[in-house]
Amino acid sequence: MSVSTLATWAVVIGGLLLLCKPMGMYLYRVFTFQPTLLDRPLRPVENLIFRFLHVSRDTTMNAVEYGLAFVMTNMVWGIMAYVLLRFQGLLPFNPEHFHDLSAGLSFNTAASFVTNTNWQAYSGENTMSYFSQFGVLQFLQFVTPASGAAVGLAFIRGLSGRKLGNFFVDLTLVLTRVLLPLAVIFGLIFIALGVPDTLAPYLHLHTLAGQTQVVPRGPIAGWEAIEHLGQNGGGFTNANSASPLENPSALTNILQSIAMGLVPVSFFYLFGLFTGKKRLAWTLIAVAGTLYLTMLAMIYFPEVAGNPIVNAVGLHGHANMVGKEIRLGMGGTSIFETSTMAFTTGSVAAAQDSFLPIPGLAFFLGMFLNMVFGGKGVGLLNMLMFVILTIFLMGLMVGRTPEFLGKKIEAKEVSLTALAFLLHPLLILVGSALAVATPAGMAGVFNPGPHGLSEILYGFTSGAANNGSAMGGLAASLPFYEVSIGTVVIIARYASIMAMLLVGESLLYKKAVPQTSGTMRTDTPLFWGILLGSIVILNALTFFPVMALGPIAEHYLLLAHHLFA
Amino acid sequence: MLLTLRRAVIATALLWLILGLGFTFLMVGLGQLFFPSQANGSVVTLNGQAVADRHVGQYFGQSLQYFWGRPSATVSLTTGKPEPYNALNSGPSNLGPTNETLIKDIQSRVHVYLQTTPGLKASQIPLSLVESSGSGLDPDISVQSALIQVPRVAKYTGLSSAELRHLVRSEVLPPALGIFGVSRINVVLLNLALYQRIHPQAKIH
Repeated sequence: MSVSTLATWAVVIGGLLLLCKPMGMYLYRVFTFQPTLLDRPLRPVENLIFRFLHVSRDTTMNAVEYGLAFVMTNMVWGIMAYVLLRFQGLLPFNPEHFHDLSAGLSFNTAASFVTNTNWQAYSGENTMSYFSQFGVLQFLQFVTPASGAAVGLAFIRGLSGRKLGNFFVDLTLVLTRVLLPLAVIFGLIFIALGVPDTLAPYLHLHTLAGQTQVVPRGPIAGWEAIEHLGQNGGGFTNANSASPLENPSALTNILQSIAMGLVPVSFFYLFGLFTGKKRLAWTLIAVAGTLYLTMLAMIYFPEVAGNPIVNAVGLHGHANMVGKEIRLGMGGTSIFETSTMAFTTGSVAAAQDSFLPIPGLAFFLGMFLNMVFGGKGVGLLNMLMFVILTIFLMGLMVGRTPEFLGKKIEAKEVSLTALAFLLHPLLILVGSALAVATPAGMAGVFNPGPHGLSEILYGFTSGAANNGSAMGGLAASLPFYEVSIGTVVIIARYASIMAMLLVGESLLYKKAVPQTSGTMRTDTPLFWGILLGSIVILNALTFFPVMALGPIAEHYLLLAHHLFA
Repeated sequence: MLLTLRRAVIATALLWLILGLGFTFLMVGLGQLFFPSQANGSVVTLNGQAVADRHVGQYFGQSLQYFWGRPSATVSLTTGKPEPYNALNSGPSNLGPTNETLIKDIQSRVHVYLQTTPGLKASQIPLSLVESSGSGLDPDISVQSALIQVPRVAKYTGLSSAELRHLVRSEVLPPALGIFGVSRINVVLLNLALYQRIHPQAKIH
């Protein structure tokens, strides 16, 4: 392993570890309404918004009201996005004169961006006007992760015995106090490092070789900042962060990897501050961190060793560079890819379809688990879902009523949690089965052999995990996939969030039981092992059969130098 | 219910003004103020005419006298036929590791290099030079990838191999801050330097 790779990894991982505590403490102050440095410039703006909305900082909602506000706000955004995309041709800031989007593509794009999935069945640089890019899609990349974070906050408050809070207050503060200031800082650095940010039309170049090259421009740097800070992952161009326009250097690559993880990791620490159980927070960070490092190793080492069939051709070097970019290096590419799958961002710095099978398996792992830190707030929800399931399983084994944070976990919580857990494989497996069983679904497959099955599975998994990356060969713009994946992203996002919100509220109103010597500790290395084991076993039982048909089969065929035509 | 819907609509309108419009114009304004060159696309001009975006690769594969970049899998928007380095339609080949087309493409690219470059052996050709990039717009190649092309470029430009090797070495981009990423050659900038070597009066900015 080269010094450059080690340094790149050290900066990203070390940066996230060092920043999660101060960032978590800042979030704690903001969301318990304590004074912070940004009060003076931002409070008047926020107060104006609250006055228009007739809400105040100290009001609270119950779980149903909170969930309803979340869903209705998202619905308004979805309708707004659909209409604006449908009539793109009539709107301003369209220097390249792009036409209206079709109904199917407008639905798919609105659904995918409203759910913070950012699955893209289009190529931005030849489909979307500047207005659609910044006025519709970039706007959604701000507000939809903020609304997910708000729900995460309500859940944390419930678990820590506080009132849930007001959705509109939380939504506004996540935006004004967290995402907007960070986006301005990251955006400026991206411009300095070479990412364009302009409203001028595309560049027309007369190349040395005597051709004409049209290079897209646009308000890209600001987009990149919020794309990654919000774990959105929708690219300005089709190639996303593999494109030199979006990710021009090894430094922008490192900063984008850090931007993705900054808030999600801090949310774990924030959970510790709210509940007063910092050791529990570090235990959960250790579980997610272990899985993160596992994915990193699963991606890096096979790619460096390369494709055995290609290496048999006898050329210089061995690393698999198909679909990768020279300037990012294998170290930079692998940490970006790990981050985008762990934090469910879904931007890509290389072609997902051209990775070897074991790295492909790591991509699936990130999306199946959906809690290797995950998106901000939502990832923590998923982690706590596994914590509750694990505590329940342990309780069954030793014959005691399971408890978490001093509250008894009973039939209602376990049923809701199990529902949230089972929804994920249900959407992925039923969706994929439908695609494999119908000619309309099979028509979208690009690569032959088991890799083709992986493409379909990846599409539905990405939708269900609200990740949004794709094995790009899959013809995502076919009506079958526009509608089916568009539907999956909506169910996956709202049903699981609602279930967990109800769990949080149900725990809030339970009487606390005193901790005794018989209470199972959740902040020890032992619990780290048990939780990790439960996560691996629960998911292996669910997904191993289908993985055996996809990436695992492909891995052994690759070792046997088997090619598909 | 209706009150919540009204709040949702009002919140959307206010937040849109701040995040949709305000943020965008702020970033464009700050970019034009502090980093105008980068913000406008890092344009390189030749004799006053825009010739390249320094971060975006260009297609040189039809010109034997220029250094070639990595294969690009981009296609034409209208015909769907291959159109390398089409910046309006960025993207990879999406070929999977067990796809026969992947191996055939690599072999045919190796064949082209062996045919056009005097004295070149297959074992000298870096894999990355015959494997297509993620964006189809990768501006860079490895240093070795440039050096193995020197005999061909020498043959078709009339410059000496020693002079060209010196030119390649002078165009090496080091890792960022000396440590992040890899040493590499920007093919567009290398070919511009080559052009200037042949046309000393050319003005490149």
